[in-house]
Formats: sequence, C-alpha cells, structure tokens
Amino acid sequence: MRFVRRHLLTAYAILVVAYLMLPIAVVILFSFNKPAGRFNYVWQEFTFDNWVEWDSVLGLRESLIKSIQIGLLATFVAAVLGTLMALAIVRHDFRGRGPTNILVFLPMATPEIVLGASLLTLFLNTTSVFTLGFWTIFIAHVMFIVSFIVVTVKARLIGFDRHLEEAAMDLGANEWTTFRKITLPLLMPAIVAASLLGFALSIDDFVITYFNAGSEQTFPVFVWGIARVSVPPQVNVVASFIFLVAIALALANVFWQYRSARRAQGAV
Amino acid sequence: MGAFFHRHPRLTPYLLLAPGLAWLALFFLVPLAFLAYQSLQSGVFPNFEFTWEFSNFTEVLTDYREQFLRSFLYAAIATVISLLLAYPLVYWIAFRSGPWRNLFLLAIIAPFFVTYLIRTLAWLNILADEGPVVGFLQTIHVLGEGEGLLFTSVAVVGGITYNFFPFMALPLYVSLEQIDPRLLEAAKDLYASPRQAFMRVTLPLSAPGIVAGTLLTFIPAAGDFINAELLGTPKQQMIGNVIQAKFLESLDYPSAASLSFVLMAFILVGLLLYAKLVGSEKLTG
Repeated sequence: MRFVRRHLLTAYAILVVAYLMLPIAVVILFSFNKPAGRFNYVWQEFTFDNWVEWDSVLGLRESLIKSIQIGLLATFVAAVLGTLMALAIVRHDFRGRGPTNILVFLPMATPEIVLGASLLTLFLNTTSVFTLGFWTIFIAHVMFIVSFIVVTVKARLIGFDRHLEEAAMDLGANEWTTFRKITLPLLMPAIVAASLLGFALSIDDFVITYFNAGSEQTFPVFVWGIARVSVPPQVNVVASFIFLVAIALALANVFWQYRSARRAQGAV
Repeated sequence: MGAFFHRHPRLTPYLLLAPGLAWLALFFLVPLAFLAYQSLQSGVFPNFEFTWEFSNFTEVLTDYREQFLRSFLYAAIATVISLLLAYPLVYWIAFRSGPWRNLFLLAIIAPFFVTYLIRTLAWLNILADEGPVVGFLQTIHVLGEGEGLLFTSVAVVGGITYNFFPFMALPLYVSLEQIDPRLLEAAKDLYASPRQAFMRVTLPLSAPGIVAGTLLTFIPAAGDFINAELLGTPKQQMIGNVIQAKFLESLDYPSAASLSFVLMAFILVGLLLYAKLVGSEKLTG
C-alpha cells in the first residue's frame, strides 16, 4: 500500500505524458501507412513509400517553402524590433512605460481569430496599399511574434550583470562599442531562444495566416484545404520530419545545458 | 550613433521603441479601429456603408448567443481539465523528477512541434469508431453499441484540452519550480502534515501559475474554431466558426466584425477582472 501511495504520483505523471505523446505517435505511425482508399484513418500496411515519395502531392512542397521563407523573414524582423524594445523597457526610465508594456502584452492576450480578423479588415479597407498574399502574412507574423521576443529577451535583461558593461566603458569603449562587443553577445542566447520560439510560432500558425493569406498557401493553410478532401500520408511525413528536427534541436539543447552544468560544477 | 545617444540620453528609449511600437500600432491597434469601423457598417458585399449600425451588435448577440455560450463553456471545461491534468504532472516534475526533469519538460512542449492542424487530425484516428478508444469504452459499457466519440462535444472539448495543455502546464511549472524547498521543510518542522503543507504553502505559492495558465488556456480556447470544425459537427459550432464563415465564406463583414469585437470585449472584461484580482504587474511582467 505504501509502495502504491508513494508511486501514485509518478504513475499519474507518466500517464499524462503518454496522453501527450499519443497523437504524436499516431502522426508518425500513419506516415508509414499504406491507406486502402482515399482516407488515411485506419491502419492497413507498413510502407516507406510515403517518405520516399513525399514530394508527390501537388502543392505540398511549395507551401512548405513559403512557410519557411515567411518564418525566417518574420522572425528576423521581429527579433530586431523586439530586442530593441526590450532594451528600452528594461534599461530606461521613460514616460509611457506602463502603456508600452500593456501594448506589448495585449496581442498575446487577444484570441488569434480577433488578431486575424482585425488585420483582414485593415487590408480589405486599404486595397490600394495592401494585396493579400505573402507580404500581408509576413506583416501579421511579425506583429504576433514581436511580443514573444520582447518578453523572452526582457527576462534575460532583468538578470543581466551590468558590471561587464561598466568595465568596458571604464576601459574606454564608447556606448556603441560596449553594446556591440559586450551587451549583444551576452544577450545572444536569449535572442536565439526567442527567435526559435518565434519561428516555431510562425511556421505553425494557421488562424491568423488563413485570414490574411488571400490565395497564398503556407503549409498549415495547405493542410486545411486538403483536410476537407482527404489527408494524404505525405502530410504526416512532413509533419513527422518537422517534429523530429525540432526534437533533435531541443535534445541537443538539453544535452548542452547538462554538459555545461557539469563543466561548471567541475570548475568549482 | 553612439555620440548621438550620448548627447540625447532622454531620446534613447523612444528611438529604441519606435520601430516596434510603430509596427504594433499600425498592425494591431489600427486594425482594431478598422474592425470597429467595419462592425458599424450596413449593406451587402461589396457595398458596405458606415451607418453607425449599432443594431449589428444586438443582432449578433441574439442570433449567436448559443455559440457564444458554447465557446465559453467548452473553453472553461477544457481549462479545468487541463489544470487537473497538468498540476500533478508539473508538481512531480518540479519536485520528484530528478535527472529526468528536462526530458519531461520537453515532453510537455513536444505537441507544439507537430503542426496544430495535424495533431488535431490525429484525434480523428484515435477516436475513430473502429479505433481502440471507442472499442474499450464499448467493452466497459460507457458507450453503447454503435455509439462513437467523433463528431461529439466530447471530441471537441478533448481536442481543445489537448491543444492548449502546454499553455497551462508551463506557467504552472514556472511557479512551482520557484518555490523554496526550505519553506516546505519549515512547514514540516512546524508539524504540518503533507496535506497541510500542500494546502497552506505549495498551493498558495503556485497561485500565480494557476492564474497565468488559466488565462493562457482559456483565451485561445474560447476563440478556437479548428477543433469544432475538424472534430465536431455544426451542432458543436463555436463562435470562432461563425466569425470564420462570415468573414471568408458568406462575406458578411459587418456582423463578422461585430462578433469579433464582442468576443474581444468579453475577454478584455474578464482579463481586467482577473488583473484586479491578482494585480496587473503579475500579468504584464
């Protein structure tokens, strides 16, 4: 009985994790399925064909490339804008800091559908300036990524040791050099982490993109369109591939943290 | 550049903020103004006219009362289930997982690495009538012969719960992880039973995480339309489905805009109440 009580929580934790993993396992499993008809819902037969011929579905590759292009571009712009904002908010005392914080917070607290819908009304009412497509998706993505960048970089800046910067200034570096040689490199891990998050959000976004895409197709928009007919296993292949790359990166990061923690211990 | 900042130190923060603020103003605030403008128009596509049509709001509120209520109900149920699922898991990760901690944290965010639509579609496989879940539930007579789960409100709420679970678990983890273990030792030294220590130390200290997790789960859940669309039928329609259909299919922009505005307003009011309750500093960081 005591054994059961002690391990009850562990068992519960493992069950919840199993629940979280289940759909992922299904996605990967069905990427190896050979569907009997149009629908890939029931397991039939194991095959590698879908992985070998992942590119055989019309429009899939193009939509994936669009997603990556928009993700990279939007993340880069948002990272620059967001880092500058975080620097201003943490490092400077200025009038309007409260409202600025609220303006940064609000897009994160707004349902995606409202963000998407309101941007669409802007674009629909200014058709002489904006045409729905690649650039309107880009604009939307920068808008919703920026807040996440600000929050992540801000968290890092708050715990920032300013002595290094002071030392650089004492040694005759001007503010710009100090920023370039000390502040920016020290902030880089936070900026990279924030950018990875931003890229993940961008490449996965469906709702806001769908509202502002016009006839442009990103990967999620492509999946949405094809889900109304039938989802070919190649879609599972691409999803599994994205998942495996992301997991590999994350595991590398876990391992790297573990190793640097060990090293830090060793140094002491 | 450095010299300029040096001569005008008071301008520096504004210069740093300018591009980001401009982007948010232009593509977040201005669109909300356009949404308001559109919501007060009347007419039929493509001839809309601004007529201060406040009746749009009363009309959508009466016409889509059911969908509004359903959205908030589904979101509330999903939020509560997420909290019940996440709290013990995250508690275990924070206090008991030892060297496995990072791996389990990774497991929590792993669903995010599978495209949203595709992980929702996976529930079609799992909950299929011929699938193992329905089979099991029929064996233990929770479901009768010929009854299924797909295209019911159970499937929709289940999908929502799954999709927004990490938004609940991560803030909870952050708040639990920050608890100083010495406080728990102190409680023990003062003869608190494990149950008392949990109720009077751990739970209150994790309250900010519960608050943040609840908000981060409830808000996107209430506006969601993907789960209802893929795992439900028109009977499970949420307000998001209506907004989406009106904007992109029936091209009824004014009522779509008023619906979006009402949704936004409900959520803002809820947020303000919450902020009053817990202090705004905690919300915006």
